[in-house]
Amino acid sequence: MSVVEDMRSQAEEAKVLDGVVVRFAGDSGDGMQLTGNNFTEATALYGNDLATFPDFPAEIRAPAGATFGVSAFQIYFGADDVTTPGDATDVLVAMNPAALTTNLKDLVDGGLIIVDTDAFTDKNLVRAGYTANPLDDGSLDNYRVLPIDITKQVLEAVKPYGLSHKFGVRCKNMWTLGLTMWLFDRSRDAAIAGLKKKFAKAPDIADANIAAINAGHAYGETAELPTGIEVYKVPRANVEPGLYRNTTGSEALSYGLVAGGQLAELPIVFASYPITPASALLHTLSGLKQFDVVTFQAEDEIAAACAAIGASFAGSLGVTSSSGPGIALKAEAISLACATELPLVVVNTQRGGPSTGLPTKTEQSDLNQSIYGRHGDTPMPVIASSTPTDCFDVAIEAVRLATQFSTPVLLLSDGYLANASEPWKVPDFDEYEHFPVKHETNPEGFSPANRNPETLARVWAKPGTPGLEHRIGGIERDFVTGDISYEPANHHKMTMIRKQKIDGIAKFIPDQKVDQGNDTGKLAVVGWGSTYGAIHQAVKRARAEGKDVSHIHIRYMWPMPANLEALLKGFEKVLIPEMNTGQLVNVIRAKFLIDAKALNKISGQPFKIREIEAEIKAQLEGN
Amino acid sequence: MNAPLTLKDYETDQEVRWCPGCGDYAILKTIQKYMPTSGISKENTVFVSGIGCSSRFPYYMNTYGFHTIHGRAPSIATGVKLANPELDVWVITGDGDGFSIGGNHMIHVLRRNVDLQIILFNNEIYGLTKGQYSPTSKVGTRSPSTPDGSIDAPLDPCSFAIGAGAQFVARSIDTEAKHLTPILERAHQHRGASFVEIYQNCPVYNDGNFDYVKDKKTAADSRLVLEHGKPMLFGADNQKGIRLNLNTLALEVVTLGEDGVTEADILVHDEGNKVIAQMLTGLESGKFPEPIGVLYCAETRKAYTEEVYDQRIAVREARGPANVNDLLRSGHTWTVS
Repeated sequence: MSVVEDMRSQAEEAKVLDGVVVRFAGDSGDGMQLTGNNFTEATALYGNDLATFPDFPAEIRAPAGATFGVSAFQIYFGADDVTTPGDATDVLVAMNPAALTTNLKDLVDGGLIIVDTDAFTDKNLVRAGYTANPLDDGSLDNYRVLPIDITKQVLEAVKPYGLSHKFGVRCKNMWTLGLTMWLFDRSRDAAIAGLKKKFAKAPDIADANIAAINAGHAYGETAELPTGIEVYKVPRANVEPGLYRNTTGSEALSYGLVAGGQLAELPIVFASYPITPASALLHTLSGLKQFDVVTFQAEDEIAAACAAIGASFAGSLGVTSSSGPGIALKAEAISLACATELPLVVVNTQRGGPSTGLPTKTEQSDLNQSIYGRHGDTPMPVIASSTPTDCFDVAIEAVRLATQFSTPVLLLSDGYLANASEPWKVPDFDEYEHFPVKHETNPEGFSPANRNPETLARVWAKPGTPGLEHRIGGIERDFVTGDISYEPANHHKMTMIRKQKIDGIAKFIPDQKVDQGNDTGKLAVVGWGSTYGAIHQAVKRARAEGKDVSHIHIRYMWPMPANLEALLKGFEKVLIPEMNTGQLVNVIRAKFLIDAKALNKISGQPFKIREIEAEIKAQLEGN
Repeated sequence: MNAPLTLKDYETDQEVRWCPGCGDYAILKTIQKYMPTSGISKENTVFVSGIGCSSRFPYYMNTYGFHTIHGRAPSIATGVKLANPELDVWVITGDGDGFSIGGNHMIHVLRRNVDLQIILFNNEIYGLTKGQYSPTSKVGTRSPSTPDGSIDAPLDPCSFAIGAGAQFVARSIDTEAKHLTPILERAHQHRGASFVEIYQNCPVYNDGNFDYVKDKKTAADSRLVLEHGKPMLFGADNQKGIRLNLNTLALEVVTLGEDGVTEADILVHDEGNKVIAQMLTGLESGKFPEPIGVLYCAETRKAYTEEVYDQRIAVREARGPANVNDLLRSGHTWTVS
């Protein structure tokens, strides 16, 4: 058995454990995201568990063949408990040399490469930095290469539809999709139905694309392919029975806001300014006018935050959304909402920072900004979603906290969660508990400074209510009357009551649970946000090897669950993997005097399972 | 039946904290006096302000009020209207608040035509921060930050407003309730963003800045009182007027009876004429009288929030009743059994 064949058989064995990772890569104009989404849908319909990772450049249409213009879409699908898009790629579809060179490093030895040979021109090779054609020079000998002149195949397939060369070539992605669907025995039906719908007004284009899919599929069936190409048979996942759909974090979060508004029995005013990767929320919500949601694309981030605050003052729930730099611009307005104690939800879909940073890449570096990033003493709740589907429940929770405690709430998502998709067992919304908001209507004893004695929430009296006319504002307000007050003792008292109100939320949130493993032990891996999937798998593997390690994933970043300190102190060591320089580590150290260890990755890419697994091992061996 | 409201009903128990002699007092009284006649109940009235001397205004109005942050009152007010278009919302701002830090929002609230009354207290100076020059200060203004005189050209708020697409633009004077009241009434009646600039005296940092318009002795010559359908005449005996010079396409001051000028040569004020309105706002101070009154009023567009809700109703009719469970089950779904 040759070395390559040996590796191949190892790879075949590995797939049974991990499922399969497929990565589609091409120019940013090659339609790789669309291909990936279609393949994802077919895979979900097939019955695999899956997770996806769209990874695209900030440039909308980079020059053809440029390495910085490569857009990739990765999907990991398998039979069981898929929570990350996979550490390494098993199948790489590379539409040109740039896509090959930028994605090869993640391919497993013995992995399959499908390339469009037509794109491997001298010009493209030079652009990608190759001095020789990798298809000819033996540099890919560790992999299985399936070189196909896809362009030629596509043009042949779409010939009957009379498309120009330019439009014909554009069907390449659908041809590739067809071939990949054959490779994994996926149904083409959903993709074909989707094309018919998308190009309803241009049936020729729809037909050409469908022909391309079918031709790609037929190619797999009929062409004489190298042996071992159909190795990828991925059994259906053993998942809980029920109705499923795919969702991205942005979609789930948008739906969660709509749902939260219904549970609070309040209209929502969503005010935002376009910014990557947060804009999807504005797009989704602006298409949901049938619900009690008004969307407003403001002139800037500040106006968006202020319009949301104005809406809350008027009795709706104001929601604003952005990414790191935009949240910074909103900071003064958020402080006004803290001072006037108005409900407000602020969604931060984090990206690589600082400044413009890495707009299309993911990071968790806005935790400090979320907890501390305002002037004055202005605590406010911060909660974080951990998976795309979790975004739904976290959005509802943000609405609950904002409306029940008359406070702005910061909801943290990130670029990975926003764009990644996973199957979602659709919840029954009728089972969700309502938390209806009752605006004050009784003029007797009314003061705008009145509080709920239990929650300390400030009374919410909306304009239009007779007898409750009152003024609020950014100047410090008297504890009793709500009138402006510069009285020293009053400012102290007001600052403290605002803090107590936020701290007190800890009494109204669930205790921190252990996601996996024991409640005490040698090592707790503590995470927050989108590191959930990678930590989950790493801990699972370590535990399978008999290691004493637990996974704790925090949703309530501020205030933290009341039992968290005691829980963490039950472990000898605490390891916190974060896509930042250690922001949660500092919070845990400062609050609990726990010597938590950091594992940091600030590359714009999510953690790989093995990276966390290795650190778990290192921490336990260091005992 | 409740007794009709009076000025007193609109006063709050808060001590008014403007400097003695401040023009803001006069404006406050005029607005408090106007409100009972506005046809809107107290509970449906909202005053929103930014930061600065004028922005303390909501504390003194016994309606709903929100004293917000610097420059952002138009955005907050837009949010109030988006949440409840039935509310009658007034924005109180100053020249620094509305045209320096908040200039961007002013552009957009005007172009969107949000149904608000935007009242600019223009004193051409920063008061609350102790006297620095503002974006409307005349060139050469000496202030703590411009001890040798300001250099940069001021902007004209009414010209800015028309340029931004405002549908109602007017100008008045703080202490002249007789002129200001009907302007407020017009602004109030106008659907959409109504912009009213009020020349306001700051007795501490810019005292007498508007005396050239306000002084009763010279007022006849120094102001042009605009009335729709009436010729633009001014001067003690209405002997002077504004003529459009068709050769230069510029406005000029002429005197009736001189060089064969008759009343027929004088421009008749047409509030709907945007070009003339823009010319009027650009008249050079000193050479021309200051135009006051309604400079421009168009009745062509619906207010922004009306459009927002119209669109919503249309979508709802087309899509039918909304249900979260249906939304969650939209798109492709599959069943695992």
